[in-house]
Amino acid sequence: MSAIVLLVVGLAAMALGYFVYSKFIAEKIYQLDPDFKTPAHEFEDGIDYVPTNRFVLWGHHFTSVAGAAPIVGPAIAVIWGWAPAFLWVVFGTIFFAGIHDFGAIWASVRNKAKSVGALTGDVVGKRARSIFMIVIFLVLLMVNAVFAVVIAGLMMNFSSAVVPVWGAIIVALIIGQLIYRRVLSLPLVSIIGVAALYVLIGIGPSVPIQMPAEVAGMSGNAVWILILFGYAAIASLLPVWMLLQPRDYINGLQLFIGLLILYGALVLLNPTLVAPAFNSDVPAGTPSLIPLLFVTIACGAISGFHGLVSSGTTSKQLNKETDARFVGYFGAVGEGMLALAAILAATAGFATLGDWQAMYSAFGQGGVNAFVEGGAFIIHNGLGLPEVTAATLLTVMAALFAGTTMDTGLRLQRYIFQEWGDIYNQQWMKKPAIATGLAVGSCLLLAFGAGGADGSGGLIIWPLFGTTNQLLAGLTLLVITVMLVRLKRPMWYTLAPLCFLLVMTILALLIQLRTFWNQGNMFLLVLDIVVLIAAIMVAMECAAALKRSRAEMAAQHD
Amino acid sequence: MRDDSTPGSSSRRDKLRAWLDQARFFTEEVYSARYRGAIARARRDEDDLFMLLVFSEMMGLENPAGYYTLELQPLLLERFHDWHQRMGMEHSPLDHFRCC
Repeated sequence: MSAIVLLVVGLAAMALGYFVYSKFIAEKIYQLDPDFKTPAHEFEDGIDYVPTNRFVLWGHHFTSVAGAAPIVGPAIAVIWGWAPAFLWVVFGTIFFAGIHDFGAIWASVRNKAKSVGALTGDVVGKRARSIFMIVIFLVLLMVNAVFAVVIAGLMMNFSSAVVPVWGAIIVALIIGQLIYRRVLSLPLVSIIGVAALYVLIGIGPSVPIQMPAEVAGMSGNAVWILILFGYAAIASLLPVWMLLQPRDYINGLQLFIGLLILYGALVLLNPTLVAPAFNSDVPAGTPSLIPLLFVTIACGAISGFHGLVSSGTTSKQLNKETDARFVGYFGAVGEGMLALAAILAATAGFATLGDWQAMYSAFGQGGVNAFVEGGAFIIHNGLGLPEVTAATLLTVMAALFAGTTMDTGLRLQRYIFQEWGDIYNQQWMKKPAIATGLAVGSCLLLAFGAGGADGSGGLIIWPLFGTTNQLLAGLTLLVITVMLVRLKRPMWYTLAPLCFLLVMTILALLIQLRTFWNQGNMFLLVLDIVVLIAAIMVAMECAAALKRSRAEMAAQHD
Repeated sequence: MRDDSTPGSSSRRDKLRAWLDQARFFTEEVYSARYRGAIARARRDEDDLFMLLVFSEMMGLENPAGYYTLELQPLLLERFHDWHQRMGMEHSPLDHFRCC
């Protein structure tokens, strides 16, 4: 089948979701009110609460939620064939992610722009909030450990990307200074920054840097992971204007350009999907599609992480309540489009079925490498760009996104340690350098504890990241559902995705539990049990909160 | 003929300028929206420290923020330079704080 058909069907379905389904949800379920005074106006302070243009806010929201996960997840999940991944991304975006992200903004805006954690405490109960904190910490821990492995893998496999990936940091530092010192206007700096990035991408293939296979008794991969954590620790301690802000900005621009190039090349080339629609010949050791598909693709279908951004910064900047539909739902559609690009690159970007099967020789293989190789094939044949340059472009795109997520993830983890220091009155833990050390230490423990000397523990726990992240999404959906019950509005549009997510997550955890037990992997077994307990508690809290709310409503009715 | 074309081209120029202004506004907003809060807080912290310095100096107290002033130096350099020039001093009056 032609990849263009899949592209058109996918985009059309998501457009329909936005124009029809989200309109229905906005009018009938969340009942957005254009006259509601949003927290951005109510508490306007020029710092956190600032009424912002909806297009600008969409840009902020989308670049905050888009990381490497919508690329990594779908590119791994196509091992079951392109159809399951495609269907989950499209339906997940329309009926799960859109409702979740949009709902998190709405719920927060209706509650003084409180974060979803604080909202859980208010709406559901204190116990649920405690689970929430643990789940957030686990998600951040896994994100940082996973992305370090992903970037290290890219550095090892695509040596031409080393110069542009690290060069991008220098470009960001320079443009940060240019903007901060107001040397040049921002549009001009943006053009220079993007041009510099593309010059680096052009130079990359001619100066490949290969880490030796072994350095001081450690594998090249492990050395890259250590370097990356060193970098992330420094980056998370620097003022945001110096590196993080210009880096995120340049990344956002590069994402749009990269997506345009990939989609454009795909339309020009019109490749055939070489992967089977349903892969009946999966490699040995591949877990069953149900329930693992639904936790392998988190971002791009539904991701709990988005709820943190929606209720953290986006809700404080919403100009009008009706903008929540565009910012939240269309933000999810943006992620869905990125995931769709990953699926197309990883299934249509190979010359033959044999090539594709060689890439997907075992579960967990493929992933971002399949995206880069497949995407490069499409860009090379569609636009005539040299294959190595196209591969470098896509590698840089994936690595930069993973890199910025790591910077932010480590910073957030540091905040959690500092908060704990505050709660338990431990002065030493409140110091930024020490809290960063603890954050990096816990990530390294996971990377090298679960993965051994290779430091690839992050990738081993990738399926656990999915379940933990989905739990977070479940908690957010629970808050929205309880709010809807109290407002006497239909709750099935959020309760159905919530139930589906919880069932799939708990099933996936049980299956993984048996696998880890059989493998004798005690570390992952313990981690799995922690997440499983949290999942069951969320399910119980969910039932109790709904029962309580319905009883309250019935009492009021009487 | 010329009279007709001049207002047309100037209105086109105005339109283009307005469009460019709009584009600049959008890029600047996209750039700053994510980190507006963090940067405003950092600036407020810097101002708070500056106030502490000024008041402790004014009241003759031992400067409690002395230790931190070293890391402030690069941030204050431009402001300090503007200040001493406004005060009529062509060069920095402090030996250990040379900006020009």
